Amino acid sequence: MRNRGIRYIGSIGEAFFSLGKGMCRTFSSMVHPKRILTLQYPENRGTTLYVPERFQGELRLIRGEDGYKCTACTLCQLACPNGTIRLTTKTVVNAEGKSKRVLDQYVYNLGSCTFCGQCVDACNFGALEMTNRFENSEYDKGKLVRLLNPAEPFGKEGRL
Amino acid sequence: MNAQIDFTGLTGWIHQTLTDYLPGGCVLAVELIAAAIAIVVMVVVMVILMIYAERKIAGFMQLRLGPMRVGWCGSMQAIADVLKLLLKECVTPFQADKLLFSLAPFVVLTTSFLAIMPFSYAPGLQLWDINIGVLYVTAISSISVMGVMMAGWASHNKYSLLGAMRSGAQIVSYELSVGMSLVAVIALSGSLSIHGIIASQADGWWIVKGHVPAVIAFVIFIIASTAELNRAPFDLAEAEQELTAGFHTEYSGMQFAMFFLAEYANMLIVAMLGATVFLGGWQPLVIPGLDGFNQVMDYIPGFCWFFGKIFFVVFLIMWFRWTFPRLRIDQLLRLEWKFLLPISIVNVLLAACVAVL
Repeated sequence: MRNRGIRYIGSIGEAFFSLGKGMCRTFSSMVHPKRILTLQYPENRGTTLYVPERFQGELRLIRGEDGYKCTACTLCQLACPNGTIRLTTKTVVNAEGKSKRVLDQYVYNLGSCTFCGQCVDACNFGALEMTNRFENSEYDKGKLVRLLNPAEPFGKEGRL
Repeated sequence: MNAQIDFTGLTGWIHQTLTDYLPGGCVLAVELIAAAIAIVVMVVVMVILMIYAERKIAGFMQLRLGPMRVGWCGSMQAIADVLKLLLKECVTPFQADKLLFSLAPFVVLTTSFLAIMPFSYAPGLQLWDINIGVLYVTAISSISVMGVMMAGWASHNKYSLLGAMRSGAQIVSYELSVGMSLVAVIALSGSLSIHGIIASQADGWWIVKGHVPAVIAFVIFIIASTAELNRAPFDLAEAEQELTAGFHTEYSGMQFAMFFLAEYANMLIVAMLGATVFLGGWQPLVIPGLDGFNQVMDYIPGFCWFFGKIFFVVFLIMWFRWTFPRLRIDQLLRLEWKFLLPISIVNVLLAACVAVL
């Protein structure tokens, strides 16, 4: 009987202690505006806008010293759950007379991409990465289908 | 008595001027209408301020910014919301009980406005000095559960009905604790009238002067009134995850806005009651012995003290809402019947001992 009484009062004390701890937490959040995570997005473009490096945005082919690192193995195409990646290959004959299968066109349909990153995980050659670009909206659906390996002189990813 | 601005002269002057120019019956009518307009304007302004404060406090507590787009730092957001609700259609469900459905918001809102009547805002500024003020406020504010039940029943919607039933259970249980915690202070002050309670706190607020029982009573009052207001952590009546919006699921447009207004007006009433009974109403902070300090405090007008205290209580209630998770229905009833009610009964005994000694 005595034990129950002590437990009853103890539970009240415990409750006040834990609730008070929570209230201290929220109060300290309230009086420290520097901790606020919200960004005022359209206004802060180009100033304080910060997108973390690890953000998974638009896909990009990585370039090595001699052209794209991609070997056209199609592992990324197989790994993609949505059929977002479609790549075509061509056969070229090099200086030693050996014929080699190389990448012709790397077509990436941004519209059906879910940014899951399985293509990057599947790549054995480190030829793919997800950039932190996120402003991808277009007025025309066709503009979302992109060629990731445009001809060398142009350099930047082109539209298909 | 302190050197605060007394409004008796102003109200007396208005009355005198009206009696000079108008026949007897008209004076009363004009005065009543003016008082009603003043109350409605006060409530609406306070509700708009409270909604803005709530959204900002919620934002800062959750590491967000809150509304930022409409007006300076989102200060026009509440007005924009009201305009939006005004323009929307009030939809009545097909199988709803039409009369009860359209009556319910008015019942809820009217009871809130009725309960605001006896409060005193500053020395001499009181609409109705009734000698059972506190009893009147607690009695009237429990009628609002009728409106909630009407809304839930008439909506012909299982979410509404469940929400209304929960709300009923909750308000009926927690009223007891609110009443008991008020009784503790009434025992100390020896008066039920709002004016009498405020006058009894001229030499110190009850929460300071009343020793342990007043502090316990204040804590219980805040917890139980949060439950009576159906606000988180006791917002079972409109638990979004379970019941979409509880008793006002089917309401839209201005009818919904009336429930919303009533909710905030009720919060205002609770804050006013708490400020009046525990924190001294419009009485300034008095520390016995420090005469210079007391005189400086006296220069701050009474209504500043009163509204400051209101915002303190409102902030406490908002702080609860954005900190604590919601209780389950069994936890809710256990908290009331096993903790708050026994403690408040013992507390009344303690308060009686303190009052006698």
